[in-house]
Amino acid sequence: MWTPEIRHVASRKYAGQWREITGPAPVKMSKRRSAALTGAQGISLAQKLLRERLCHQKLPDQPVGLDSQYKYLLELLRRTAVHGESNSVLIVGPRGSGKTMLLGCVLRELMSLKEAQKNVLLVELNGLLQTDDKIALKEITRQLHLENVVGDKVFGSFAENLAFLLEALKKGDKSSSRPVLFVLDEFDLFAHHKNQTLLYNLLDVSQSAQTPVAVLGLTCRLDVLELLEKRVKSRFSHRQIHLFSSLSFAQYLDVVRAQLSLPPDFPDPKFSDEWNHSVTKLCEDKTVEEILRRNFNGSKDFRSLHSLLFLAVSRVSVSHSTLREADLIEAWRLISVDSKANVLHGLSILELCLIIAMKHLNDTYDGEPFNFQMVHNEFKKFIQRKSHSIHKFEKPVVMKAFEHLLQLELVRPVDSGVCKVQREYQLMRLMLEHGQVMEALQKYPQCPTDVKQWALSAFG
Amino acid sequence: MKIHICLTGIKTIILDCNNISQYSVFLINSALMNRRDIMSAVNPDQYSYPSVFIYGHRATGKSHVVLSIMKDLELPHASVDCVECVSSGLLFHQVLSAFFGPDAAALLPRCPSLSDFVRLYKQMSSNSPATQTRYIILDRAERMRDMDFSLLPALLRLQELVNDNVTVILLSEIVWEKFRPNTGCFEPLLFHFPDYSKGKSLVQILSWDHHPSYTPELYASYINILLGVFFSVCRDLRELRHLAVLNFSKFCEPLEKGEAKESDIHKLWKNIEPHLQRAMQTVYLREVSSVQWEQQQMDEKEATTLRVLSAHAHIELPYYSKFLLIAAYLASFNPARTDRRFFLKSHGKIRKTNFLKKHEKTSNHLLGPKPFPLDRLMAIFYSVVDSRVAPTASVFSQISSLVTLQLLSQVGHDDQLDSPKYKCSVSLDFILAISRCVCVCVRLLDLLALSLVIQSQVVRQERSLFTAVSNLHLL
Repeated sequence: MWTPEIRHVASRKYAGQWREITGPAPVKMSKRRSAALTGAQGISLAQKLLRERLCHQKLPDQPVGLDSQYKYLLELLRRTAVHGESNSVLIVGPRGSGKTMLLGCVLRELMSLKEAQKNVLLVELNGLLQTDDKIALKEITRQLHLENVVGDKVFGSFAENLAFLLEALKKGDKSSSRPVLFVLDEFDLFAHHKNQTLLYNLLDVSQSAQTPVAVLGLTCRLDVLELLEKRVKSRFSHRQIHLFSSLSFAQYLDVVRAQLSLPPDFPDPKFSDEWNHSVTKLCEDKTVEEILRRNFNGSKDFRSLHSLLFLAVSRVSVSHSTLREADLIEAWRLISVDSKANVLHGLSILELCLIIAMKHLNDTYDGEPFNFQMVHNEFKKFIQRKSHSIHKFEKPVVMKAFEHLLQLELVRPVDSGVCKVQREYQLMRLMLEHGQVMEALQKYPQCPTDVKQWALSAFG
Repeated sequence: MKIHICLTGIKTIILDCNNISQYSVFLINSALMNRRDIMSAVNPDQYSYPSVFIYGHRATGKSHVVLSIMKDLELPHASVDCVECVSSGLLFHQVLSAFFGPDAAALLPRCPSLSDFVRLYKQMSSNSPATQTRYIILDRAERMRDMDFSLLPALLRLQELVNDNVTVILLSEIVWEKFRPNTGCFEPLLFHFPDYSKGKSLVQILSWDHHPSYTPELYASYINILLGVFFSVCRDLRELRHLAVLNFSKFCEPLEKGEAKESDIHKLWKNIEPHLQRAMQTVYLREVSSVQWEQQQMDEKEATTLRVLSAHAHIELPYYSKFLLIAAYLASFNPARTDRRFFLKSHGKIRKTNFLKKHEKTSNHLLGPKPFPLDRLMAIFYSVVDSRVAPTASVFSQISSLVTLQLLSQVGHDDQLDSPKYKCSVSLDFILAISRCVCVCVRLLDLLALSLVIQSQVVRQERSLFTAVSNLHLL
């Protein structure tokens, strides 16, 4: 028996979900808007707002650039919630393109409708968490608050269990059942379960018009339909909403400006005006535009933009109270650094020589795998003929340096795991490119000249 | 001495450095850039980025700096070492008990899944909402790639899944590109901890361990000598500290005996340098334990008779086993077509066939030992051994014992009794050591020399035969 509490749980749960759940007590805002806050307080409040936007992915009021998809999805869900029509839809888009955000905005608006608020039940499943159909079923039972109803019953199959749950929702004053929205995050992971029972049963229910059910899948894989079995695919309505960002660079700059600006209801209007003014000036600066253009060319999604802006915003402090272009330049440098080059910077000379020997082997033999003996041979040739500064090391010492490179995963065995051969003869590949090695060599501190010459020479 | 650390302009914290060891003070100073970056990114009173990934070489201070930030600012954190977490349930248990107490952790079912963990976390955090950001610190995060495939992506977006102000910090030696799952995940912020530079940082840090009865300048010069020997091989701070501590008593020997003064750096260097070279071959490679090393220094054995771990160095083999092993080496590393030339009394010249011309690049010594049948081994054995040997069971049983000692390895199935195949698993150095023990005639040396010459001829055509053979005779 469902209790009247369920009616309100969905709306309360949804409305509160994306608001700030935790966080410090808000600064007491005086009635008079002209009350100025001290510099530190202003900065703190600005940081709090911006961090919520950039880190916590607070839902925006209106999703940017996704109007048609928004309307379509809202209409679809309204038909399920209000008119009791069963539907299934997949939202497909690359990582960071705003699938969860879009869904959040649509559900927020849906729950504000009076008819939907009273009726609709929401079940949220995630492919990362519910890795098995049994776990998924328990989670569905829990989210529909039917644990007591199910009690200790044992069901023969998944289908029976699901049918029982949906039947339980029917008993009430209304003869028809309440609409249930199933949101399946990481939909492609559900397709890897055994026999795809969960997907089959949910889509079966959505086709059989017993209970009004809407199945919403969110996935990043474009080929998700290939993963579905034939019987599952045939029950799916083949409605897909694609989220491909179609922003131009000018629109992207506008978005940047909007993300960094403080809202008009900020308690200290002088501070917020100053801040917004500095942000506008910053966006017009040439170097900043160059950096944003490079980021835009890399990926148009907002997630990478958020991490760039976050690194810049986190440098703002009392002594340094506006966002400057140096902050953005530093943030860009942190993001675009090559991590393998950083790792190569910290290697010892012996390890660096081994990497150069491997690079030469790769160049000579066109990327065929090598083993430790070959690398040691190359290294010995260098020591005997060209080197003055590196003296001869014993083979076990060179082996230990080689094993350190293995541990850092700069070198990987070709068939990982099978070690029928001796260690020295196991075939390996170098996980670095020619260009990366040469660049790292330029930055290496106090690199001996003969090592550099050896690296630059054509044939070892 | 007090250090002021400014936290994004909100409050200043004054740390009393007498409570923290000098090591961490140094780290706070020199890694201030890193610490400031991290601290500005993980502001405790507001939201932080959901996940942060810190990478850098061993002993660059990653765990130390992060944990010291957590302790100094008294932030709620759960520090987990992923090596200890054989199953993901252990990780969940540690996190829940660190944040919500052991009762919360006891609520986890027997084999908790990620779903149980998230559900319990949500339940607990709604009962006790966070006033500050909670931090989960995962050390040696590369082990997480071997656990459940969904653990890493789920932890990276934990803030969104549990709806709480929590940040996950991953510490690892390996770069982020090797962690990313196939279909992508939530990208964390990346921070790099740079390695120490030789001049400024490394010498300074190592000099802190100085013995109170000697001046710091003496210790600094000792460190410089040590780094001169070991820096080109190893930059790991822990390893270098260990070596410095082990060898310092030997360094101070002339001072104690009165043979040299503290300013006679050259004399001290001459005393310690061969000792450090020996250390590189033994203690550095862990062939000898540190206890044995210290004992050896006390006994003042100048002879280089250290009992090293690699057992191969002092195996005592029976007489015929030695010849069998030499024969096995020759069988593994010489191609079968050269047998006729080596082992028959009258042989013709070897002509370089097309086969040789095509495969000039790679020689057998680089590719590893090749398998050979038992018959070939016995044939070479009979021609190598200097007396007449009858094929008795004792000779054949020695082959099996060589396999047990892992000096030979059997290739193929165990049940192939007809013609078993073997491979030689020892190196040339070992064989040469054995053949010196055995009363060997020049002919054997020539055989080895010729085998090496064939392979070097294959590699380099211009090297003349005579220089090769003469070089090898010097061995």
